[in-house]
Amino acid sequence: MSSHVEYVLRFGDSALVLAQQLSGLVAHSPIMEEDVAIANVSLDLFGQARLWLGYAGELEGAGRDEDRLAFHRDASEFRNVLLVERPNGDFASTTVRGYFYDLWSYLALGNLTQSLDRRIAAIAEKSRKETAYHLRRSEDWLVRLGDGTEESHARAQRAASELWPYTGELFMGDDVDVEMARQGIGFDPERVREPWLERARLALATATLDVPGDSWMQHGGKQGVHTEALGYLLAEMQVLPRSIPEAVW
Amino acid sequence: MYTQMSDGIDGQPNASDERERAFERRLERGVKIEPPDWMPEPYRKTLVRQISQHAHSEIVGMLPEGNWITRAPSLQRKVILLAKVQDEAGHGLYLYSAAETLGTPRDDMIAALHAGKAKYSSIFNYATLTWADVGAIGWLVDGAAIINQIPLTRCSYGPYARGMVRICKEESFHQRQGFDIMWKLAHGTPAQHAMAQDALDRWWWPAVMMFGPPDAESTHNRQSLKWKIKIFTNDELRQKFIDQTVPQAERLGLKIPDEQLRWNERTQHYEFGPIDWEEFYRVIRGDGPCNKDRLQARIDAWEEGAWVREAAAAYARKQAERGAVA
Ligand SMILES: [Fe+2]
Ligand SMILES: [Fe+2]
Repeated sequence: MSSHVEYVLRFGDSALVLAQQLSGLVAHSPIMEEDVAIANVSLDLFGQARLWLGYAGELEGAGRDEDRLAFHRDASEFRNVLLVERPNGDFASTTVRGYFYDLWSYLALGNLTQSLDRRIAAIAEKSRKETAYHLRRSEDWLVRLGDGTEESHARAQRAASELWPYTGELFMGDDVDVEMARQGIGFDPERVREPWLERARLALATATLDVPGDSWMQHGGKQGVHTEALGYLLAEMQVLPRSIPEAVW
Repeated sequence: MYTQMSDGIDGQPNASDERERAFERRLERGVKIEPPDWMPEPYRKTLVRQISQHAHSEIVGMLPEGNWITRAPSLQRKVILLAKVQDEAGHGLYLYSAAETLGTPRDDMIAALHAGKAKYSSIFNYATLTWADVGAIGWLVDGAAIINQIPLTRCSYGPYARGMVRICKEESFHQRQGFDIMWKLAHGTPAQHAMAQDALDRWWWPAVMMFGPPDAESTHNRQSLKWKIKIFTNDELRQKFIDQTVPQAERLGLKIPDEQLRWNERTQHYEFGPIDWEEFYRVIRGDGPCNKDRLQARIDAWEEGAWVREAAAAYARKQAERGAVA
């Protein structure tokens, strides 16, 4: 698979996996208004995923459309970052995972709007507007939980510590990143590390939460080496199209 | 959706009251009753019950379909279903607000639901076992909801009537997407067609029962009709639903599970077989396939979310204090 296709799939798969996770929460939120809000974010992310996957399929030129890519690939063929496949957990985990992702996504998409690949730039432009809203919302909840009650503070702190080791991958480049940056299609992920850390530290401080200490950073998702959670997520998501592969739905 | 009027009326109006007569004159003239207006207590109570039941139905109704969001078979279907379930949440919120204009706080209504004191439409106590059930719900359940609710856009209570206008628009989109799912299945592979027929077999009679007990057994029809909280009787609405839906099933090439179903040229209506009211009352009493699971899912969401609501409240308090100091 070309670096170009790989690169586009990474963004599409991350959006898809997070959208899928959030979609399972709708109708079970702590506040009914949140059902509406979570559905909004999930819908936006599915929309972004469809744009990315559709484009990846076109670039690949092997006749795979968005559904072929979403429903007929195994876990090892997915290119999402590990962070988004971490389980929903409690509302604090969902919030912190969302915040870490939204902040990264917002910054990454900002870089991609400068892509020489005009299709990528256009997708990034549209997605960034949506992501700005997601980021406002998740940052707002992060602060409310961190600076809420003793219990919410403890839950938010635990979530931040548990998810921190999955943030490093967001900034780790590999050959694909290098190649895409060289062609002016992509960017060096290292470039978003400092802006991400700066804003995350500020938000955590506002939320009265400690910034988790340095730790080993889990990675591999972008290359197709995932956590155990992804297999279950895909099993559920893909069961129907795989059961009748020739069907149109 | 989803009204299902299975409850009686609280008390009887006292016609000797002058305000009462003024109220009735307004009803006769077709003037809407608005929140600040005087209204008889039984009218208020009946409305709160009906609107809150309706709101609960929207919220509980998210569950059976919500089941299938994570398993929807294409990304397009997934976003349509997700948007539909989101609409139902919006309907619920909107209806709770309408009920709150009558003086009952939302939390009280939710507490009544969780305590098993408030009802919701029994249709949601049935299980969604296959993807075709999502199609059948949109087609039949939202379809029945529209028939129930369109007349309510003319009901006497202003906020409820206006809410229904907005909600009905979205319900008709839901109905179309459900029919479209059924269409694809019915015209798909043999396995897909069988899935569609199976869903129709299981959902047909529960959908027919959504209009509530027959008029002869319905204790509240008369008063609600007089108050213009109800415009047509249960049986009239049911007949309308059947007349509208049978030709749609024919277009799908699916068979409605009723051997006695036939067109009557003289009445210009479909005749249909006996309804199993035993089952209807059994499910209302709590012994449907999913009564306990549905209610428990709502209670779990509420109880597991308590710490989040507390955190939001605590944060808001702190912010207010900071604002006061600054
Ligand atoms: Fe609805
Ligand atoms: Fe609906």
